[in-house]
Amino acid sequence: MSSRNAICPNCGAEVRFRWSGAVQTTCEYCQSILVRNDLNLALVGKAADLPVDISPIQLGTEGIFSGKAFQVIGRIVYRYDLGTWNEWHLMFSDGSNGWLSDAQAEYAVSFANAFTSAPPAPGELARGMQMEQHRVLLTLTVITEALYETTEGELPFTSYDKEKCRFADFRTHDGRFATVDYSEEPPLLFLGQFVDFGSLRMKNLKEFEGWPTV
Amino acid sequence: MNPMGSRKGVVPKAKALNCPNCGSQIQLRALGAAASVICNYCSSTIDASHPQLRVIAQWQAAMTVEPVIPLGSRGKLRGVLWEAIGFQQRGINVDGTNYFWREYVLWNPYHGFRYLSEYNNHWNFVTPLRTLPAATTVHALPGMQLGKERYRHFQTARAYTWFVIGEFPWMVQVGEAVDAADYVAPPKMLSSETTENEVTWSESEYLTGAEIWQAFGLKTPCPPPAGVFANQPSPYAGRVAAMWKSYGLVCAGLMALMIFFAVTAQRQKALDQKFVVNAGQATGEKSFVTEVFPLDGKSGNVEVSVNADVANRWVFLSMALINEETGQAYDFGQEVSYYSGRDSDGDWSEGSRSEEVLLPGIPGGRYYLRVEPETDAALAGPIPVRIQVVRGVPYYLRYFLGMLLVLIPPVWVSIRASVFEAKRWSESDYGGGSSSSEEEEKEEE
Repeated sequence: MSSRNAICPNCGAEVRFRWSGAVQTTCEYCQSILVRNDLNLALVGKAADLPVDISPIQLGTEGIFSGKAFQVIGRIVYRYDLGTWNEWHLMFSDGSNGWLSDAQAEYAVSFANAFTSAPPAPGELARGMQMEQHRVLLTLTVITEALYETTEGELPFTSYDKEKCRFADFRTHDGRFATVDYSEEPPLLFLGQFVDFGSLRMKNLKEFEGWPTV
Repeated sequence: MNPMGSRKGVVPKAKALNCPNCGSQIQLRALGAAASVICNYCSSTIDASHPQLRVIAQWQAAMTVEPVIPLGSRGKLRGVLWEAIGFQQRGINVDGTNYFWREYVLWNPYHGFRYLSEYNNHWNFVTPLRTLPAATTVHALPGMQLGKERYRHFQTARAYTWFVIGEFPWMVQVGEAVDAADYVAPPKMLSSETTENEVTWSESEYLTGAEIWQAFGLKTPCPPPAGVFANQPSPYAGRVAAMWKSYGLVCAGLMALMIFFAVTAQRQKALDQKFVVNAGQATGEKSFVTEVFPLDGKSGNVEVSVNADVANRWVFLSMALINEETGQAYDFGQEVSYYSGRDSDGDWSEGSRSEEVLLPGIPGGRYYLRVEPETDAALAGPIPVRIQVVRGVPYYLRYFLGMLLVLIPPVWVSIRASVFEAKRWSESDYGGGSSSSEEEEKEEE
């Protein structure tokens, strides 16, 4: 994991890693999904076309959350019954990583966390049920069945071997939220909070023809 | 490759697409964000979440409603430019009557979706909520709390979609039904919409038609609102408390003035003279004059007190306060009568042996009193009478009258405020509301 640069085994283009923890990336040129094995990159597949997507965020977008600068270095696109949403992979200035989710321009920032109590089993999920994690009382509001549509850029885990995913979204009375990702065994916990677009003070956003830039 | 044509940089304006049902052109303004779009021509609901548009519902328009904000027009609200991309008419049925309101979908590529709702020309700017409100009680009635704000339950009803055009972030369909509940804390409102799968919350803020007309540059005349809307801010909100506060201050001021003048009153004893009224001479009781006394100061009041030692009889004194130098006379009269006795109920008495007359605005100078006594001729015996004249006595009545007078505005505004609240709540599930709850509502302001 010493080298920050590698060569795409498919097209020979240079692949540059921004984040030392990245396990998977996508070649910018040929969209090959590349998994990091020690020094080499293994070609494991080809990323699907990006969907019709008008997220203002893109790889390279920079912003600030909780006083810490971040850069967008990757994303997972999920498809669900209302279209697609993005989980943008963030690399923070202190080397930590997190996620910025963008679903129909509703934004939330979250971080992977360990469970402090056992999550409900996937078969037991019911709207309104509550759980406590890290001393936060969380209420289950939505259960989403999603498909991995495609990925882009650097990710902290491999996704090429995943197809379907069940998410349980929990909310609170104070703007925090949790997502339990049942695509892994044991499930993953993400804790975070909803954010206003403006509060992230993002730069290097996409521009929209006919709209004033923010 | 990317159907939007560019991965980085600028996202071009969405191109027109063809309706998979009738083939006519559909403009997708929020391509990729909108979940569904209604074809202008055949009214099909089309799934816009997929690059391959597909029809998800077809319907016959039972009604056609023209949005007052044309779809595609833009307006700046809360500092952000929004484009109206969708419109629906929804309705609830209460006791057999349909009540319709209209909703606009607003969109900005950076800020996402907001909504405008309009009922009887009352407008609301609606923001989807990601925070869960907490159930609470407000004045022992159901309510919701969000942050520090407490919202009182207003109405719960089943809302149906009657007419849709344009783009929506969900799969909208005519006939779609949700259980809608509103909680108010004017000018804000929390609303929940419950479907089989989900409860969604939103926060509304009241806007006037004029604000909408200005924001979207509408050329049509802006109709005035009708009635009082659930979260319409009361024009008396805050004024009631402020007026009672001012009332308190004015009263405190009047009390202070009263105390000041009571303490600093001149209280100059000008005259203290005793005489006897003889009833013997039935007619032509002689009038007499008192000694001359000075009244100090430029101008002021004069209190004349009469004490007559009467028992079961009366005496009437016609008096004139006369300025020795100018001859200016101030005529007045005072009766003193006192009756007492004992009957089956015990001792009784009526009247008083002492009476006072207050003469305001008497200029300073040297004065005397001319007194003409009169009494019951049939009764014999002399009546000792004492007349005292005091210059500059404190006068309290005017302060209490003043306090009563300044009571009118706060009472008036309080009444108007509670009439306004009664109109608001008459449209709610608590139709008319109990008078006690109206009182509490008023107190909240």
